[in-house]
This record gives sequence, structure tokens and C-alpha cells, in this order.
Amino acid sequence: MSTNKPLVEDFATDWDHTDPQWVANPYPIWEDLRERCPVAHTNRYGGAWFPSTHEGVSRIAKDTENYTSRSVVISNLRPTDEDLPAPIGIAPPITSDPPFHAIARRLILPAFAPGVVNALEPQIRALCNRLIDQMGSGDIVNGGTQYAQYIPVGVIQQMLGFPEDDIEIFLQIVMDVLDAIDLPAAERQARGDVNRAYFEAQVQDHIDNPRDDFTSYLLNVEIEGHKLEMDHVLGTILLTLVAGIDTTWSAISSSLWHLAHHPDDLARLVNEPELIDMAVEEFLRFYAPVTMARLVAKDHDFDGCPMKKDDWILLGFPAANRDPKVFEDADTFIIDRKENRHVAFGLGIHRCAGSNLARLELKVAIQEFIKRFPTFTLEHPNEVTFAPGQVRGARNVPIRVK
Amino acid sequence: MKVVINADACTGQGRCFGIAPELFDFDDLGNGVVKGDGVVPPELEEKARLAEANCPEHAISIEA
Ligand code: HEM
Ligand code: SF4
Repeated sequence: MSTNKPLVEDFATDWDHTDPQWVANPYPIWEDLRERCPVAHTNRYGGAWFPSTHEGVSRIAKDTENYTSRSVVISNLRPTDEDLPAPIGIAPPITSDPPFHAIARRLILPAFAPGVVNALEPQIRALCNRLIDQMGSGDIVNGGTQYAQYIPVGVIQQMLGFPEDDIEIFLQIVMDVLDAIDLPAAERQARGDVNRAYFEAQVQDHIDNPRDDFTSYLLNVEIEGHKLEMDHVLGTILLTLVAGIDTTWSAISSSLWHLAHHPDDLARLVNEPELIDMAVEEFLRFYAPVTMARLVAKDHDFDGCPMKKDDWILLGFPAANRDPKVFEDADTFIIDRKENRHVAFGLGIHRCAGSNLARLELKVAIQEFIKRFPTFTLEHPNEVTFAPGQVRGARNVPIRVK
Repeated sequence: MKVVINADACTGQGRCFGIAPELFDFDDLGNGVVKGDGVVPPELEEKARLAEANCPEHAISIEA
């Protein structure tokens, strides 16, 4: 992906979030930038800015006048005003701006409210145990590819009410969607068409046989007396895949990776199970997986930086979470950190709609794993890999369980 | 002591009702709401302070 790009020498003037150094360990880079150049610039991607302080990230996240969410993933292709099926955007509400955003968001929030989501807990526990059973009785398991990855895939599939027998098809579609950015346009189009046909078939099945799930919910819900257009329904289904899967998967696998090489934290969590809620928030702060993007909506000055319309902004929630001005010992993982105002789920109007679900998945995934394996260690530390790009998390996590 | 949520600032991050379910609840959209009149009994004062200190949107305030 980034192999043919020149390596970055100075992240203050030429940063790239796909540079191998950033992918492997971004934290020292952000620390340096915070002190030296809190709003870094790059000419890559046609021009982009990166604020690394909590204050800078917050200010931009809450400002929907100067920044648009029309595109939230940085690429070399910059969508213009015409590229988007206004006012819906590709995947409402994440790609929507006010005032349409509020309508699209209000529509999905009831399906993600704590009362609804908490009812999924027994299902998620059962799923985790099934996955652990399937890993067999070997000495070594993979916390990423055998466990973390399948949890959100299974949860979203159940939530959408898609057939359980389709899990492999579903996983393939998820991979296609997540990898799409790196594919040539023609192939992307071809795969997109196949996947769209699959979703349309599932939606048709829900039209014919309505049931109690998120897909039927989207088909029934109304905006001012009107049902949603098919593109809106499909766009929101797509959003749950993109927003709900590799994000949560990353959070789970990074947390298991941490526990596998921090035996003290593992022992505390096993011996003091009541710490789990605080631990989950600290995992989310410390290994926050999601970085979002904005486009500058109009020329303006930001702390002396001349931001131009259509410049990208990389909105580093994970960097904000390491800002020592807001977090004591910001670069230390403290499993029972009591004051933890982290922003892993973003800030302002786009606050992660799935945050209650994500928290529940992360909590249950850790609880069930450590219940089955109260002691485990990292098997080949050098083989651990991290996903590049705007969703960061451990991918290959070989763990010795006995 | 009394807890108050500024509804304009709350985006439903859910930390308050996670930390102090005795004092906070959520509505149909998942936004935080104060239970009852928000008056905090002495044994819950520490929890109230923690809820305030964990709200990412700074939407909670504590009144004497
Ligand atoms: C640990 C896991 C997760 C993390 C760290 C995370 C993080 C985020 C962040 C930072 C945003 C803000 C985007 C922005 O400001 O542009 C966001 C938005 C969103 N997330 Fe998540 N997310 C996670 C899991 C989920 C899950 C499980 C779902 C649903 C199934 C979900 C659905 C959404 C939706 C719908 C939005 C858009 C909300 C809006 O624009 O109003 N997320 N997420
Ligand atoms: S923690 Fe803050 S933002 Fe979250 S629900 Fe409570 S008051 Fe609202």
C-alpha cells in the first residue's frame, strides 16, 4: 500500500499516517508533534493537516461550519460537492452534515440505545464461548484472527438479521468493503456491484418477511411520514459494517495483545473482576482505534495555519487521548484509572452511535477470554502486526494459553 | 450536592449512567438524564464527582 511512497523524514511538514513508522508506533511521533508543531501539515493527499492536541481535536470535531464530514477517510481522490448524493451522503449519518445529519442520526439512535443493546449481552457471551470452543485445545491460539475479528462480524450479522449460514460470505463482503480503498477502481466497482446485490437480496427478504432486527427497523422507520429511500437503507447497512466491525475488532485484539504482555494487568483483572468497566475505558483511551477525517469547508485561519477549502484534516482522537494536558501520566496504561475523559468515540454531533454496543462487546470479549484462559502470554512478540490506516489495532496476536 | 446535565452539550457518551446508575439514566436516544431532582445523597457524592470527571463533553455540572 505505502511501499512506493517516500518514507517520511519530518512528520511536522510531511506526515503520512500510512508511513511504516506511524503504523508501527505512532505515539512518539504524536508526542513530538504536540510539543513542536501541534497542527502538522503535509502536501500528501493533496494537502492535509493533523492536530495532535486534545484541544485542537475537540475544537475541530465540534465545528461543523468550517469542516465537513462529506468524506471521513483520507484518500488521494477528493470527493467534490457533485460526487455525493446530497443530502444523504454515502453512509448517513457519518458522512452527513447539519441539518440532514440530525435527522439521519435521530433515526438510528433508538436502535443503539443502551436498553436495546444491553439485551444482546447473552448472545454476545454465547458467541465468544463458541469461538473459544472452536479454537480447539492447542497451546497456541490467535487472539486476533480466531477471536477478536469474529466477534463484531457475528454481532453485526445478528443485528442485521442476515442468515447465519452466510457468515463467510458476510465476512468476505466486510473485507471487500474495508480493503476497497486499496483496490483499482474497476475491481472496486465489480466487487461493489456483487455486494450490493447481496444486500438488496437480504433487504428484499426482510420486505417479504419482516422481523425484529435492525434491517426491518430501517425499512419501517419514517422521516416526517415517509419511509426511507432504498439508498438510505443500504447506506446505513453499509455504515454498520464499516463503522461497527474493524473498529471493535481492533479494540478487542489490541486489548488482548496488551494483557498478553502485561501479566500484572492480566492478574489484576482476573483477581479483581470489578475493575472491568474501568479497564475497558482505559483500553479505549490507550489503544483508541479510530481516527476520522474532515474536509475544510471554507478558507480560514486555525492557530496561524492557513486552512484552504478542501484540505483534509486528520482528526486524531487517539492522539487527543495521549495529551498530558488532559490525562495524568498520559502514556502509562493504568487499569483502574478513575478519571478518564477519553474521546475514543469522538466528540460532538458525530459521537459514535454504536458506543454502547462497542463497550459491551469489548467487555464481554475480555471477560470470556480471561475466564477460559486466566493466564496467557504473547507467543511471538515480533510477529504481532498492526492494521495501517485510520482504524488501528493489532491484527495478528499469537497467544500461548498453556 | 446536586447533579445537572446540560442537554445541549450531552451527546450520549454514556459514561454518567455507566458510573453512577443511581443518579443518571438514559432516554430513548441514549442521551443522559438526571434521575429525579438530581440531589445527591452523601454516600453517592464520590460517584457524582467521578461521573462529572469522566464526561467527555463536559456536560455534567455539580452544584453545591
Ligand atoms: C471500539 C469500537 C468503536 C470505536 C472506537 C468507534 C469510534 C467512532 C468514532 C470516533 C466516531 C466519530 C466519527 C466522526 O467524528 O466523524 C464514530 C461514529 C460512528 N460509529 Fe463508531 N466506533 C466503534 C464501534 C462502533 C459500532 C459497534 C457501531 C455500530 C454498529 C458504530 C457505529 C457508528 C456510527 C453509526 C457512527 C456515526 C455517528 C454520526 O455520524 O452521527 N461504531 N465511531
Ligand atoms: S457522560 Fe456526558 S455526554 Fe455522556 S450521557 Fe452522560 S452527560 Fe451525556
